[in-house]
Amino acid sequence: MSEIIKVGIADLKTCVSPNGVMTLGLGSCVGIAIRDPMNKIGGLVHIMLPDSKAITTGQHNIAKFADTGIEELVRQLERMGARRVRMVAKIAGGATMFNFQGSGSGASVAQVGNRNVEATRAKLNALRIPILAQDTGANYGRTVIFYPETGAFHIRAVGKPEKII
Amino acid sequence: MSAILEQVSENYYDVLREIGNIGAGNAMTALSQMLQCKVDMKVPQVRLLEFSEVGDLMGGEEQIMAGVFLGVEGDITGSMMFMVEEESARHLIRKITMGMMPEGEEFAEMGMSAMQEVGNIITGAYLNSLSTMTNLKVVPSPPAITVDMAGAILSVPAIQFGIYGDKILLIQSQFYDEVALDGYFILIPDLESYEKILTALGVPVDL
Repeated sequence: MSEIIKVGIADLKTCVSPNGVMTLGLGSCVGIAIRDPMNKIGGLVHIMLPDSKAITTGQHNIAKFADTGIEELVRQLERMGARRVRMVAKIAGGATMFNFQGSGSGASVAQVGNRNVEATRAKLNALRIPILAQDTGANYGRTVIFYPETGAFHIRAVGKPEKII
Repeated sequence: MSAILEQVSENYYDVLREIGNIGAGNAMTALSQMLQCKVDMKVPQVRLLEFSEVGDLMGGEEQIMAGVFLGVEGDITGSMMFMVEEESARHLIRKITMGMMPEGEEFAEMGMSAMQEVGNIITGAYLNSLSTMTNLKVVPSPPAITVDMAGAILSVPAIQFGIYGDKILLIQSQFYDEVALDGYFILIPDLESYEKILTALGVPVDL
């Protein structure tokens, strides 16, 4: 029996095949799934914000940010025996949930999905982890399940058929 | 804001509860005028929750909800959100369109714009009472609406709160016309505005 491990918002979890990891209701947040296809070790991080360095107040939850969250996921996978050079990633989320016409901080909040996706791509690029597939942007929420066994990344959205990338 | 949010003083909660109470009360009055029927309301609950708990409160991250989001400008800047569960939204839409909306088609274009109007009136009344209480100018922007998973909608305010900490402040108000509806208000002031609101209400702010 395989088990599906739940990842919360601003949270990360790892698992080994045949188990999977899932996160529910990604909106403007981004879910980054990384695995080592050789030993089928993988994990998922659910980030909320692009950049930990842009935040000055005392923040201890590293899974909240694209930069520190991805670094930590990679570190944990390496500790489990995965190798950075073999790692591959798939990403989903980063939606713009509201078609918001106003200006000011409301507009910047509404647009954070795009910035999260950009920061995610930049970080994976810097770590030389290729993005094999992505389902990002648009205006709807997503639930994702990732299986390190095959690398299948299942994506569910309201009123849409499930897709696998 | 993290300092303020973590500082769970009695006094502070009383003020927030009062804003929530009066704001939600005003919102319900506006809603009752719009629906032309009596709307009763329970005393709103002011809750400071971990991100993960908010989804649970609403029936899970995948619970389908309608969310109305708008920006706030003036003396207080930031944004605000109002959320109701899917069935409640359908009920409100059917009611406001006076039965012209076929069942199951509430979230088509016309229904969505009706819901947007409900959100506009409810949040407008809420912000109005905030403005009156604080004597600060509050100018709402036109609202945007979506129907989606609770977690996905909540990611928008959660991200804004996430800049300051790991908690989200929400006001849950239960109201009734023929059926009981759960509505959630989330006020998302910018950091400076938070201080302004509390200062205006006479709460000592010590950041």
